[in-house]
Amino acid sequence: MNNMVTLTIDGKSIQAESGRNLVTVAKEHGIYIPTLCYFRNLHPLGTCRICTVNVNGRDTTGCTVKVAEGMNIEVNTPELLDNRKAIIEMLYAEGNHFCPSCEKSGNCDMQNLGYDMGITVTRYPHVFSDKKVDFTPKRMIMESNRCILCKRCVEEVKTPDGKDVFSFVQRGVKTRVHIDYEQEEKLSESEAIRAMNLCPVGAILVKGMIQEQPFGERKYDLLGKDIKPVVHNQAIQKGPDEKFIVATTSLAGCFGCHMSLLDIDTELLDIVEIAEFNKSPLTDIKNFTKRCHIGLIEGGCSNSENVHVLQEFRKKCDILVAFGECAIMGGIPAMRNFVPLEECLEEAYLNGVTTEIGADVVPGHEDIPKMLNNVYPCNEVVKIDYYIPGCPPSAQHIWKVVKSILLGEEFSIAHDEFKYD
Amino acid sequence: MEAVTAIDRSKLLDVIWGIQRKKRYISHDDISKIAQEFNMSRMELEGVITFYHFFSREHRGKFTIYLNDSIIAEHSGRPEVLNAFEEALGIKLGRVTEDKNFGLFKTPCIGLSDQEPSCLINFRPFTNLNREKVFDIVSSLKSGKKPWEICDTPKSKIKYTPAPDRTVFFKPYEQFTSLSSLNAHSPEEIITLVKQSKLTGRGGAFFPTGLKWEFCRNNEADIKYIICNADEGEPGTYKDRVLLEEHPELVIEGMIFAAYAVGASKGAIYLRAEYTYLKDRLEELLTEYRAKGFLGKNIRAKTPFNFDMYIQLGAGAYVCGEETALIHSMEGKRGEPGTREYFPVERGFNGKPTIVNNVETLATVPRILEMGIDKYLTLGTPATPGTKLFSVSGDCEKPGMYEIEWGMKLRDFLELVGAKDPQFILFNGFAGECLSEADFEREISAENLLAEHVQFEFTDPNEYARKMSGIGLRSGGAFMVFNKERDLIKVLKNVADFFVAESCGICVPCRTGNFLLNKKIDKLLLGHAETKDLEDVKQWSNIIKVTSRCGLGKMSSTALNHAILKFPDVFERHLSENTDFNKAFNLKEATADYDRIINEMTSDYE
Repeated sequence: MNNMVTLTIDGKSIQAESGRNLVTVAKEHGIYIPTLCYFRNLHPLGTCRICTVNVNGRDTTGCTVKVAEGMNIEVNTPELLDNRKAIIEMLYAEGNHFCPSCEKSGNCDMQNLGYDMGITVTRYPHVFSDKKVDFTPKRMIMESNRCILCKRCVEEVKTPDGKDVFSFVQRGVKTRVHIDYEQEEKLSESEAIRAMNLCPVGAILVKGMIQEQPFGERKYDLLGKDIKPVVHNQAIQKGPDEKFIVATTSLAGCFGCHMSLLDIDTELLDIVEIAEFNKSPLTDIKNFTKRCHIGLIEGGCSNSENVHVLQEFRKKCDILVAFGECAIMGGIPAMRNFVPLEECLEEAYLNGVTTEIGADVVPGHEDIPKMLNNVYPCNEVVKIDYYIPGCPPSAQHIWKVVKSILLGEEFSIAHDEFKYD
Repeated sequence: MEAVTAIDRSKLLDVIWGIQRKKRYISHDDISKIAQEFNMSRMELEGVITFYHFFSREHRGKFTIYLNDSIIAEHSGRPEVLNAFEEALGIKLGRVTEDKNFGLFKTPCIGLSDQEPSCLINFRPFTNLNREKVFDIVSSLKSGKKPWEICDTPKSKIKYTPAPDRTVFFKPYEQFTSLSSLNAHSPEEIITLVKQSKLTGRGGAFFPTGLKWEFCRNNEADIKYIICNADEGEPGTYKDRVLLEEHPELVIEGMIFAAYAVGASKGAIYLRAEYTYLKDRLEELLTEYRAKGFLGKNIRAKTPFNFDMYIQLGAGAYVCGEETALIHSMEGKRGEPGTREYFPVERGFNGKPTIVNNVETLATVPRILEMGIDKYLTLGTPATPGTKLFSVSGDCEKPGMYEIEWGMKLRDFLELVGAKDPQFILFNGFAGECLSEADFEREISAENLLAEHVQFEFTDPNEYARKMSGIGLRSGGAFMVFNKERDLIKVLKNVADFFVAESCGICVPCRTGNFLLNKKIDKLLLGHAETKDLEDVKQWSNIIKVTSRCGLGKMSSTALNHAILKFPDVFERHLSENTDFNKAFNLKEATADYDRIINEMTSDYE
């Protein structure tokens, strides 16, 4: 072949056929450029921006670059790595991604990238924007909460007569993918399933075909074992004979994280050697009796009491750790953020299927904590020092983090220790 | 790949415009009909309609009033005008009267910044509004007058030009004269001439025009296109409007030269909908050029050629000023910028080589030919010969149009426009730098631009001023001056709102990144922000800048970051002390809904 070119990727000299796609060429030479909207053999879309690389000093998306002679490409500089992570985090903050309740969990490209980049929490505040789940189409469900607007379905799914099935509507932060019901009916079952599989997240679902592949056997269930989150440690000051003092609480959560906490069984004895518990449901100590080294928070803030407790923890603990999805981003309780509070209360106390017949009172009393307008992640109320993601995080995971923070040691969490599903 | 059909999708915007103009909204049935006509799905069409803010699914009122909401209008008395409209019509902003006679809406800058507050009523301009004028307008309209009978003709307030022999644009010009050079020069010679002139894209991207033309010429194709970008959406800019009013013939002739040079046979002026009132005049001119044989088949030249053009109306989307978005819009699609896989000169309009040039760029070409390249090169500075148009607005004595030679010191220009006590300047509209006293010694030119990228490496404004003084400044043509009384953060808030509203939504850094930055500015305004928030702003805007798809995202946070660099004291004043508690969270506000609901419910059941 005489149209071979020489280029440099991260200092490595590479020979490739001129005009080929950079992502593919890099992959063949063992250099991984993460992608989300790019799908092999399809026309590059350049919407997700995750594959942003630096070509001859200019930042551009890798999926749209065709290799040429003398190109100097940077893929894994600290800045570019962080930008990639930032974009995934932004996608998490922008959409309403509740992995624990998602049908696509384990088969989701974005979830995998999240694991892969060691994302424990997003640096951005959650937007909690109002997005719809559209059940109207005959065969599909469009779950806009999870849509990342990669445009794959818009560009690739067409009816036999060439019309679009999926379209972008509106613009800016209001942009959504919408299904054309009339065209959707024209798709064959296999075309519909192709659309579902084309979706890198769980936004396009085909009714009745969602759980085909069981959890545990999915594409990403056992991938990637070497994730190293960086711990910026503040060493804890304590006397040599003193124990570490730990406090825990469960705010708006299901108590599952505390249950998980106890799952370490006999190792609990080792922990009691080095730590004592102060205010915690485990000790049933209701009020702080001394200052604590570390406070573990489960659950987000759903009512005024949650807020008071959380603020009290911030005052009394040197380090606050949010553990479990609810504490980090509101989690399952935050799903009420898309329903007006009034409707929530009516559903809970008046109209719900579990309310007593004839129930006509929404309890309201000065002693009853007040519901907040939204469920807030803990970091929107107080400063949180560390996050342990998972639903619930496994016992090993929690104690590994807590011990390492207390002892000031570096640690790493393997992929299979993260647990969402 | 593409299906061979007789349907010309590029007519789509015109068709939608036709219905919007006639009925003031697009109905369900209209969508079905148009979708069928253009062989597309209903939802795809819906996607196009909802992309452009002048198209609407709901009735916009027989008299649709679009009130400019840019910061310049705000400072010139827009709140009072808005109140007057709301009072006179009995409706709030964003609503339509019950009889569907009046609709009152806001819109980003409408290119009348020197005559604010202003509005468009059925796309006719009404300028220098005040309370009385608003009531007069409303009562005339109610009494049956048509907007075109009572509208203003925006006067071109040309405040300054260099000496007549050093002026490029604003001096008398006799129609058709430059076109005689078509007989004297071959297409290649025209390109060489434009390259020699060092003419660069005057819309603000400054890509060398001659180079663009050469690339396009070298791409073989059965048809090539010339598009004049008159989608002047940058807030504070109105130079293209003035040019199209004063010297539209220069623009048309510039396009003819471009077509001749690159071998294009079709052209279009993409005119922003806000300038609809300029369209008739342009159409007339095109007819004149056709009659004289300068448009159409076999145009007289050293090598005769075919070229004709039409006018395409935009529909309200700032991002369509970006050339690839503009091309998509012309093709009747959502105006989303393309990937950088191909340049328009390779695959542009309808997949064919296309030149997109700014109005000012095109208007320069006939003048260069008229005055001769040698004379032209004596104007301005070595790197940027010629002159530049500036649309000046804001806190100065003489807002209006300025034509200056490149190379003028910023300080001298401020004196020229009569800016008293300037605090800061938005130099390139909203998508540009925020200049302060530290920049006053810099000159307006492209000299020493290689050093431009270092500007954010400084932390100290004084050091910045010293080091940056020799580095030139370039602008697409907006020049908004703000005096010491103005609240910098509020201005930045207006800028941020603009970008949130105008982001096309195709890439996440711009779509959500700008939204999140806007939230940070809210935090600043409310006094909740801490030092960490400023750090976040810097980091996040860098991420948006590096990863965004087009210039909109890349430039959206420039002014904000300039401001943080140059006005640390202003930001300092807005910061609250650092604590472990998030001050943006307010328990009282967070429980207000609950209190209200419980109150209502308990009183219901008693």
